[in-house]
Amino acid sequence: MNVAVLIKQTPDTAELPKVTVDEAESGELQATMVINPWDEFAVEEAIDLSDRFGCETVAISLGRADETDALKHALAMGVDSAVHVDEDVIDGGDEWATAEALAAAVRKVGGGEDVELVLAGKMSVDGNSGVIYAGVACKLDWDLLVNVTRIVDIVDGKLIAEQAFEGGQETVEVPLPVVISVAKEINEPRYPSFMGIRKASRATIPTWGRDHLEIDASRTTRWNDLSKPEPEEVQVHIFDGATVEEKAAQLADALMAEKVI
Amino acid sequence: MAILVWIEQNDGQAVSNCWELLAKAKELGTELGVEVAALLIGSDVIEATQQAVAYGADLVYTASASNLEHFRLQPYAAIAEQAVERADAAAFLTNASIRGGILAATVACRRNAGIAANATDLWVEDGKLVAVRTIYSGNIRARIQFESPLAVASVRPRSFPMPEPDAWSGEVKDLNVELNEDDIRLKISSFRAADAGEVSLTDAHIIVSGGRGVAEDPQKGFELVGKLADTLGAALGASRAAVDAGYIPYKHQVGQTGKTVRPDLYIACGISGAIQHLAGMGNSKIIVAINKDADAPIFQRAKYGIVDDLFQTVPALTAEFSKRLR
Ligand SMILES: Cc1cc2nc3c(=O)[nH]c(=O)nc-3n(C[C@H](O)[C@H](O)[C@H](O)COP(=O)(O)OP(=O)(O)OC[C@H]3O[C@@H](n4cnc5c(N)ncnc54)[C@H](O)[C@@H]3O)c2cc1C
Ligand SMILES: Nc1ncnc2c1ncn2[C@@H]1O[C@H](COP(=O)(O)O)[C@@H](O)[C@H]1O
Repeated sequence: MNVAVLIKQTPDTAELPKVTVDEAESGELQATMVINPWDEFAVEEAIDLSDRFGCETVAISLGRADETDALKHALAMGVDSAVHVDEDVIDGGDEWATAEALAAAVRKVGGGEDVELVLAGKMSVDGNSGVIYAGVACKLDWDLLVNVTRIVDIVDGKLIAEQAFEGGQETVEVPLPVVISVAKEINEPRYPSFMGIRKASRATIPTWGRDHLEIDASRTTRWNDLSKPEPEEVQVHIFDGATVEEKAAQLADALMAEKVI
Repeated sequence: MAILVWIEQNDGQAVSNCWELLAKAKELGTELGVEVAALLIGSDVIEATQQAVAYGADLVYTASASNLEHFRLQPYAAIAEQAVERADAAAFLTNASIRGGILAATVACRRNAGIAANATDLWVEDGKLVAVRTIYSGNIRARIQFESPLAVASVRPRSFPMPEPDAWSGEVKDLNVELNEDDIRLKISSFRAADAGEVSLTDAHIIVSGGRGVAEDPQKGFELVGKLADTLGAALGASRAAVDAGYIPYKHQVGQTGKTVRPDLYIACGISGAIQHLAGMGNSKIIVAINKDADAPIFQRAKYGIVDDLFQTVPALTAEFSKRLR
């Protein structure tokens, strides 16, 4: 059983507020690009699974040409290999085109042994969709688990895991192959070791383009009118009564008048 | 033709955010000249079916079977696809919960339809649906037009006002699903519902949150904040500092690495208003801050404030509201 982990290279979260409309439209960002923070949990889990079950791990990232820093980070953390998919293959397509390209890459990386488990993060900090893994599962026709907080075991071709949702938590059992998106509670991502960083810097990361993957890029939506939401200017009203009881009564009056209580 | 809305159920109860969405769908349907249909999947859908009609569904598609009690993507998505076909749906809408998100995505991907994930607004333009959502973690807003015949969107809770149920009438259509448990690959071996009686943060109209400001007596502090929340029928939130210090479990955390919330009223007690906290609650309709430091950044976002010790102010507020809400 091999494990593929899907990672995206995204802007450093501290720099997200600086992203401009022009940058968002062109995709050419000034921001420092790093591994999508939610994907670090998926990488950590892949490495942990390879320790527990002796599987091979491969990181896959679809992005602009030469965008391989996130993959290097995954290699430095300890995944066995990495593949970069040039975003040219999706030719400006939508989420389903990305999912199809990633699914095609998952099928191809298998080589000798098939990938039976795909791990993904919870969401990308730039796309904010949480749909790519659902698309990948759909294109591969595999089952999907989301918000997984623990992979309990893999026995007899079955995976047992815990997943959480708004109304509670459940333990489920599903035969492989399966796509999993992991929650932040699943683990504590490690920092790359010095040795890991050295190894990663020397690794060659193959890029797969249109010659390697043939994608029929779908385009089901059109995005336009990008804008920057401005926070509303509010002037705070501070109640200054003589006692806390007086202030509380004034606040209660205001909130009753606003009809929010 | 219809706009089809999935009504999520938790523990046999319809998730109330779905009624906001259904009411919005009715408005959009009227503009587009199509019906609004609700989709109910579960082991017992009778009560929710009646509610769906009361909230304006012209049609309710139902699929009920004992093995549909808990959400499982494989059968739920297959049923949703069937309903999309039966209703000749122009749009399929879900609330953007964890399950609603993947149900919408799976149905959209299978039907090669466009998706607007985590949409915050919907309207009709030139006879077609348009969605709005943000990307780059709320820093860029985009308008999404659909090029596919079916438009799919998962919509953030509390994007639209909560409607009042009314004496509408609607038609119920059973999808007559026949499910063989052997065909469903995923099995649920144990299920634990969230604590009963607790108001969930993402659904809440009112949230009362506590922060590091309770440090001098954390147990007492959260007890006071909790009492105010109970009095107001509000959900209990917290800052990361309070969670990290172990005052309260992570599930209460609001912010960039916690939950994103949009209540009508957010009362922050002893919270400074760090940018990561604001990222999770900055879109609340009215923000109230209780903080003893008049220079705390939270006051730049708050509409109302009290500059005082929370250990005195919070119980005073509880007393005041219990008097008025009696
Ligand atoms: C990557 C990253 C992600 C993060 N994610 C989140 C997140 O999701 N959510 C989040 O909340 N934070 C998050 N943070 C942390 C954030 O930066 C702040 O540290 C945190 O929000 C501070 O919490 P606080 O306001 O409770 O504490 P403080 O900043 O310490 O503020 C306490 C406030 O209480 C007031 N106070 C003290 N005593 C009293 C009293 N008796 N009565 C009234 N007021 C009193 C003080 O004046 C002060 O303003 C994140 C940080 C990073 C780096
Ligand atoms: N371009 C990409 N390359 C590799 N993985 C991706 C890509 N985009 C999204 N993913 C994966 O899908 C998850 C959800 O992304 P999103 O649907 O954009 O929120 C991410 O956390 C990644 O694991």
